[in-house]
Amino acid sequence: MSTLRKTLLYFIWLMVPALSFAQDDLMDILDDMEGETTNYAFATFKTVRVVNAHSIELPAAGVLQLIISHRFGRINDGAYQFFGLDQANMRLGFEYGISRWLNVGVGRSNVNKTYDSFMKVKFFRQSSGKRVMPVSIVGVSGIQANTLNWADPDRTNYFSSRLSFSHQLLIARKFNEALSLQIMPTMIHRNLVATRAEDNDVFSIGAGGRVKITPSMSVNFEYFYILDLPGYSYTANNYQNSLSLSFDIETGGHVFQLMFTNSRGMTENLFVAETTGEWANGDIYFGFNLARVFTVSDKHKKQEKSKEDW
Amino acid sequence: MKNLLVFAIVLLTTGFQLQAQKFMTRTGHIKFYSHTAMEDIEANNHQVTSILDTGTGELVFAVLMKSFQFEKALMQEHFNEKYVESAKFPKSTFKGKIINVEEVNFAKDGSYKAKVTGDLTIHGVTKEVSTEGTIVVAAGKISASAKFPVAVADYDIKIPGVVKDNIAKEIEVTVEMNYQPYTQEN
Repeated sequence: MSTLRKTLLYFIWLMVPALSFAQDDLMDILDDMEGETTNYAFATFKTVRVVNAHSIELPAAGVLQLIISHRFGRINDGAYQFFGLDQANMRLGFEYGISRWLNVGVGRSNVNKTYDSFMKVKFFRQSSGKRVMPVSIVGVSGIQANTLNWADPDRTNYFSSRLSFSHQLLIARKFNEALSLQIMPTMIHRNLVATRAEDNDVFSIGAGGRVKITPSMSVNFEYFYILDLPGYSYTANNYQNSLSLSFDIETGGHVFQLMFTNSRGMTENLFVAETTGEWANGDIYFGFNLARVFTVSDKHKKQEKSKEDW
Repeated sequence: MKNLLVFAIVLLTTGFQLQAQKFMTRTGHIKFYSHTAMEDIEANNHQVTSILDTGTGELVFAVLMKSFQFEKALMQEHFNEKYVESAKFPKSTFKGKIINVEEVNFAKDGSYKAKVTGDLTIHGVTKEVSTEGTIVVAAGKISASAKFPVAVADYDIKIPGVVKDNIAKEIEVTVEMNYQPYTQEN
């Protein structure tokens, strides 16, 4: 190799760092500086319910959510009952975000005079970028107490006989701004059922989703298919699968969900395991959920600031 | 050959000199403030990145919209989901220049008025903006601040009717940066 060539190579080698500094565009340098970030999916659903069932959304830390739910009577009751609107079942519920991943709630519904409470835990958040997680996963466990007067007060009645339990795994993915889908394996356990033939346990697979039609409105659907498992076929054969459609309207601090469903009950033990209405017969209940948030502490700000990525 | 070597060394050092003219931050602060009769809304972002070239007066900012912290979690969600559409337009940027850079002596402590003009991109819409800011040089450290209005409609951000009385048509934007010398390792 000639001296000249060597010199040239040396010269080029020397230039390399100078060239890399010579990024003219400051914007490119900024982009390099930032590196890759993790983008967490947010607003997979408008509110904490798909229709009847829980969605993967939790109230933010320090936020109290009030949900007033109404289900009117059956549409096929006809004009005399004003297509169901003369009767109403309702549930009043409060949910509170303890942290970004933990939420507790209580409620009271007039169907079977039910008190219910639940705990909701977010295990994974859907994300892209630096950390990739295709779905969000939430677990919900609830307990429901039927407080109707005992059918036979003279016999020995136990409080535990009033209780039902529900366990659900919610697996959801926000595919794009418009479409989110959720799968919900569900198990219901009743401590006491009316007859020997009935099963204490009910297993079901739920599916739900939403299609956003404007930034403030979406159409939601939800379906619970009761599994006809060996030894657990009574519920599948004697009750209906719950199917609900709703129209969500968000107005700043409120979300209204206007729905049609074949389930009268508003707690998991009732709408998953004890739905009797048949859509084909017109056993359809019109109803709504009204959700309102109250910011009771500024926890969410502190949590975000500490940047705890879990 | 000696000439070539000298030439190379000169080029290199020029490169390094240019380098030393750049100042940067990753923790710049940008604040939104919306005032209406109904309510006052404020959002803060403390993760703004910016580079200032004191030689040319060039100035760039990049702001991740998701990093704005609102008082209420729901406001933050609506801001990102419905108004600025952070999934579609994750970043807002400013690329501009201090046009009177020769009047600012970055080597001497003092407070200087800086006329800044450039392209502001929010929600995928780019508009030319001009504002006057202040550059403070103290003990070799450079800080910059500015306050200017941003009209929501200019950037094609749609505010639904139900909340239009709660969100101002013009948002006041406050920028506060504390720069440090730029090095590759930063």
